[in-house]
Amino acid sequence: MPDDRMNNPTRYPAVEEAVQDATRIVIPSDPFAVRHGLKSLFQSLLLQKLDEANRGKAEIVLAEALNNIVEHAYADGKGEIELTICLNRQGLNCKIVDHGAPMPDGALPSGVLGSPDDLPEGGFGWHLIRTLSEDLSYARVAGQNQLTFRLTTEQSVA
Amino acid sequence: MELNAEVLSHAVIIHVMEDRIDAAGAIQFKERMRELVAGTTPVVILDLSRVAFVDSSGLGAVVSVLKLMGPDRKLQLSGLTPTVEKVFRLTRMDTIFTIHLTLPEELRHAG
Repeated sequence: MPDDRMNNPTRYPAVEEAVQDATRIVIPSDPFAVRHGLKSLFQSLLLQKLDEANRGKAEIVLAEALNNIVEHAYADGKGEIELTICLNRQGLNCKIVDHGAPMPDGALPSGVLGSPDDLPEGGFGWHLIRTLSEDLSYARVAGQNQLTFRLTTEQSVA
Repeated sequence: MELNAEVLSHAVIIHVMEDRIDAAGAIQFKERMRELVAGTTPVVILDLSRVAFVDSSGLGAVVSVLKLMGPDRKLQLSGLTPTVEKVFRLTRMDTIFTIHLTLPEELRHAG
């Protein structure tokens, strides 16, 4: 009975709550768009609920994930990046979708850190993402890269 | 990318006047720093106290400045804010820089 759902939305509180607590942004694949997208995201009501340490952690991981897409998935052309975040008791659940090139070998880089003494100028991004996130997962679905992960909110959500 | 150099007798302090060194600004940071560290001052201190965020591109740019200064000169860091400190620590790049909590006072009185 589909009409029943439309006339009586309060019967599905879990769905409503999830929709209310999710924030979605779509940005072009450009480092300045990433900068401005993160800025507006972190000024949003949703992320204002996090304390400084959790906001810092989220900004590090989201910046690395988004910039990787700009630099690698869209290395040969422009496209859109869609970021959806949802805050719940488990933390900040993040999903990032793009239409760029797939990950090499269809899998996420290992993120093994080089020796600091070799003065590496790169190779930090996936190490930071893997260190700071939980349940990191990648799938190539119908020409889309789908990256999902969770950022556990340490201490309490204010 | 606004970087202000303060020339002292034994060191140059470079104050980063931006709130972030990220993928969008890393190349510009590197180019400005290349000009500012071109002299022979043995110690350059990068004041990061106004910088709230550094990503891996920004970190790579700071490392590249260290390398272009060569082995006989020192690039030191000062005033890391919490998120910036976290990026340096998690990548272990905190082990290759001398990091001051605040700008060393003795420098200002050295000359």
